Amino acid sequence: MLTRIIISGFGGQGVLFIGKCLAYSAMLIGKELSWLPSYGPEMRGGTANCSVCISDDAIGSPLVTSPDILIAMNEPSFDKFEKKLCTGGKLFSDNSMIEKKSRRTDIKCFELPASDIAQNNALPRMANIILLGKTIKECSDMLFGINISTVTQVFEKIIPAKKNDLIQKNISALNLGYSM
Amino acid sequence: MNKVLMKGNEALAEAAIRAGCKCFFGYPITPQTEVAAYFAKNMAKRGGVFLQAESEIAAINMVLGASSAGVRAMTSSSSPGISLKSEGISYIAGSDLPCVIVNVQRGGPGLGGIQPSQSDYNQAVKAPGHGDFHLVVYAPASVQESVDMVFTAFDTADRYRIPTMILSDGLIGQMMEPVVFPEKTNDIPEKSWACDGHKNKRKHNIVTSLFLEPDKLEKSVLQRNEKYKLISNNCADCETYLCDDAHIVITAYGATARIARSAVNEARKQGIKAGLFRPKTLWPFPENELRNSCKNAGHILCAEMSAGQMVNDIKLYTNCSVPVSFYGRTGGVIPEPEELLREIIKLSEGRQ
Repeated sequence: MLTRIIISGFGGQGVLFIGKCLAYSAMLIGKELSWLPSYGPEMRGGTANCSVCISDDAIGSPLVTSPDILIAMNEPSFDKFEKKLCTGGKLFSDNSMIEKKSRRTDIKCFELPASDIAQNNALPRMANIILLGKTIKECSDMLFGINISTVTQVFEKIIPAKKNDLIQKNISALNLGYSM
Repeated sequence: MNKVLMKGNEALAEAAIRAGCKCFFGYPITPQTEVAAYFAKNMAKRGGVFLQAESEIAAINMVLGASSAGVRAMTSSSSPGISLKSEGISYIAGSDLPCVIVNVQRGGPGLGGIQPSQSDYNQAVKAPGHGDFHLVVYAPASVQESVDMVFTAFDTADRYRIPTMILSDGLIGQMMEPVVFPEKTNDIPEKSWACDGHKNKRKHNIVTSLFLEPDKLEKSVLQRNEKYKLISNNCADCETYLCDDAHIVITAYGATARIARSAVNEARKQGIKAGLFRPKTLWPFPENELRNSCKNAGHILCAEMSAGQMVNDIKLYTNCSVPVSFYGRTGGVIPEPEELLREIIKLSEGRQ
């Protein structure tokens, strides 16, 4: 099995970070994986995105053009990638940022006002982690069983221990998203 | 086995430090900058020197200096920066100095773009600078291979006293994959030729590329060519995938080889006997292995992120005994597996 994921949003929303969390999770559960960022001027305030592949077998092209899972955090990302989702794919969108709705009937849409939820729960700039929590809940099979505890381990590994409060906030946001 | 998740560029730098690189001189350029940034952060802590030079030209000449003194030295850049370094690379080759040069390729010519490309094949393999010389050119197709090839590149450079190149690209440099670092190597050979200060205890060494008498210059060039023959016999390396019974063999290196591999798998699912030949060294080229891989092939498809460079070598090394087609995207466009699959299907149906 091969699962192809695109995570896209404005630079600064943490789309590369949650991509890295998924990639790292895949490594912890012993799967093949790749993570590829968009790079260049678009990282500075424009639209940033990353491709993550998780597979049982060696990964060919790390560049995802037709994703199975799309996490869209702003409208340009929705416009660019919604139509590229594979049939049977899953779309996670932050509808605090995106007014449009998908008209496709061959995909499953999960809309979450993630930015507002983050704001209202004193988890500033953690809309990305809330969406990650929701994604993990709804895509257990596609993500090879990556779960809350896998991602929690990842936070503990990639966020320096001296920033423990940040680790705790990430865990809270992850659980909040998962509970939605 | 301690797996870490790392970008190709950062992994190149970490591997170099572990391989005993003591001097890194560089100048920032996308998509290579993480190599220099990693050295900047780590080199001083680990007993080496990182220096951001005032230009690419300065950086390569600092490598010449450090290598003359007998230390493992490295520089890295991306395509336009490598063009600037070419004079220094020629001097290093002419002085028989070991070093590793990294090129994380981007689209050209000129300033071009910053997205991945493989349009520097000819530059790396045919003419990395003026004069009769070669670089040993390694082409990694994964983050792990980037690491492994840095170790090999330093060892080969020291063993034969030649400059070597890691020809990466923006895709391999920017992507993250799990990687395992081999244990540190300590077997850096004694460099009796180095200009490292000796307080008159021995005859002084001279490192130069200047030979004004034609006889002497010819002798030095011919001696170097003897070395190249040895290297051609010893260093060529490749990977073959499903080539034994392949009717259509795709030849591709680096990032494109990954895409080609996906296309080969898909073609096999459709009942087309496709295979992949991937050179891991571009000079010396694994030409015997190429001919072996194409024994049963009715067609070769060369895929590159360029307008067609390696394809000429494929024709040369197969003596045009098998028809060779080309498929390329350039300017920073990364081909999709489906594009290569379409080409394979066309060839299998005899449409060209």
